[in-house]
Amino acid sequence: MTVPPVWAQLVYLVAAVCFILALKGLSSPKSARRGNLVGAAGAILATATVVITGNLDHLMGIGIALAIGVVIGAVGAYRVRMTQMPQVVALFNGVGGCAAAIVALVELDEIAQAGGASTFHLVATAFTIVIGSVSFTGSIVTFLKLQELMTTRPVTFAGYPILYGLALLSAVGFGVFLALFPTMVAGFALAVIGAGVGVLLVLPVGGADVPIVISLLNAFTGLSVAASGYVLENPLLLIAGTLVGAAGTLLTKLMATAMGRSLSNTLFGALKGGSTLGGGQASDRPVKSTGPADVAILLAYASRVIIVPGYGLAVAQAQHTLRQLVDLLTERGVKVDYAVHPVAGRMPGHMNVLLAEAQVPYDQLREADDIDSDFRNADVALVVGANDVVNPAAETSPGAPIYGMPILHAIQARQVVFLKRSMRPGFAGIENDLLYAPQTTLLFGDAKDSLTKVLAEVKTL
Amino acid sequence: MSEAIIWLTIFVLAAFVGVEVISKVSSTLHTPLMSGANAIHGIILVGAIGVAGHAESTPVLALSLAAVGLAAINLAGGFVVTDRMLQMFVRKKPVTDRARPEVER
Repeated sequence: MTVPPVWAQLVYLVAAVCFILALKGLSSPKSARRGNLVGAAGAILATATVVITGNLDHLMGIGIALAIGVVIGAVGAYRVRMTQMPQVVALFNGVGGCAAAIVALVELDEIAQAGGASTFHLVATAFTIVIGSVSFTGSIVTFLKLQELMTTRPVTFAGYPILYGLALLSAVGFGVFLALFPTMVAGFALAVIGAGVGVLLVLPVGGADVPIVISLLNAFTGLSVAASGYVLENPLLLIAGTLVGAAGTLLTKLMATAMGRSLSNTLFGALKGGSTLGGGQASDRPVKSTGPADVAILLAYASRVIIVPGYGLAVAQAQHTLRQLVDLLTERGVKVDYAVHPVAGRMPGHMNVLLAEAQVPYDQLREADDIDSDFRNADVALVVGANDVVNPAAETSPGAPIYGMPILHAIQARQVVFLKRSMRPGFAGIENDLLYAPQTTLLFGDAKDSLTKVLAEVKTL
Repeated sequence: MSEAIIWLTIFVLAAFVGVEVISKVSSTLHTPLMSGANAIHGIILVGAIGVAGHAESTPVLALSLAAVGLAAINLAGGFVVTDRMLQMFVRKKPVTDRARPEVER
């Protein structure tokens, strides 16, 4: 690689600082948006610099590829519904990993032609290829799971641990081979093995845990980019990749903690067996179902109502209707709050994004720790499209996949009303005993339809 | 100092910075933070453009242009989707007031 001029290297340094400031900004609500924009500015700076100073051929082709990528990425990002965001982040992460793996493969081609390179370089090249590939296919599988194009339940099969072990061993084996004999064949073999490892890594992860894995794969892509920075002798890539690798690893741990899961349980829990996963189908235990008029009366004459919103609310796009209902109840003198569980929705913080989109006032959004003790004074807990976050199994069944996750104690409210589409279990795939509790009634139907009906009934009271 | 050690030093320091800067994030921001970090590693675009610009054979060029496109998706899409998420966190006056008076609370 040609060494860029000094000013270009300084611009790269500025870009690296932008990324640090971006991450810093993103960790506080006030500065988050500005932080993101600073990061984007750094990225634009760095991209412009490499185009200007890189002595590049094929500028036309690069321009076209760049434009196509930017348009696809930006349009995709604009079009995606907020409910689908986790899987889109997974997809973006996957293509990034793929890009890193390709860059390393191309570099390997150059090394092979030059007749070799230092061992460090070759090891870093092998690392980039394998981790980039893992991230690519792993992210694709998480996308398929979250988009429900495949089962969200953990997938394992007989011989899985052996296959997994063999895949890991051959990844290491081919990595060493590549470091000794840098050939393209070894590079492609390594990419294929990495791809296999990526699939095997994500298959046994259950639906509710998938977001943790997205974060982990995000850190993987970061590390792969960092290694490519060493291969290409570009400090910006090394710094940016390492930042993401380190921050992503910590974030993965924080997310797992917020969900009450350990990382090893997330990745390998399904393999240890003993998880008491339900069938994922509707149960036929008797429940009390009710109508919109009864729910309306219950709510309108209550003095304290706590709403537990979940992913079902977002899928039905019922945030706005819910807000109208809450406004109406508040006018009638009912005290209403939203209890937002950290992992309501599909990943930590997702529900805050969705409710903020519906312009729910901040002071009504209460964090789980803060409001949980209020349930025992609540007349009604209205659970809209949520399930796992109020499931007492998290405290009572040690074998359950959500065991240990902090839950909202809706069970302590005088009355519990579930708005649910069906008796299907939540994302974690386990039954919820709260549905069969004596104080619980269920209003079946799409959350938006149900809320519209309840809203109309409250207006007549 | 040998060259390799300098690179290793940068790596280790950057790792500490990465951990330190986000260590106090609240769970509300986990999703946007992940998405923002995801956008940042799209900077592999710089590497992809570099290798594409020095490609000497058609297969290599094709491969590296694919990398440029993919990296650009990661970078542009990542920052845009993060910004969309964070927009939601900013208190704003509704631009399209659907003829419904906003109740100030």
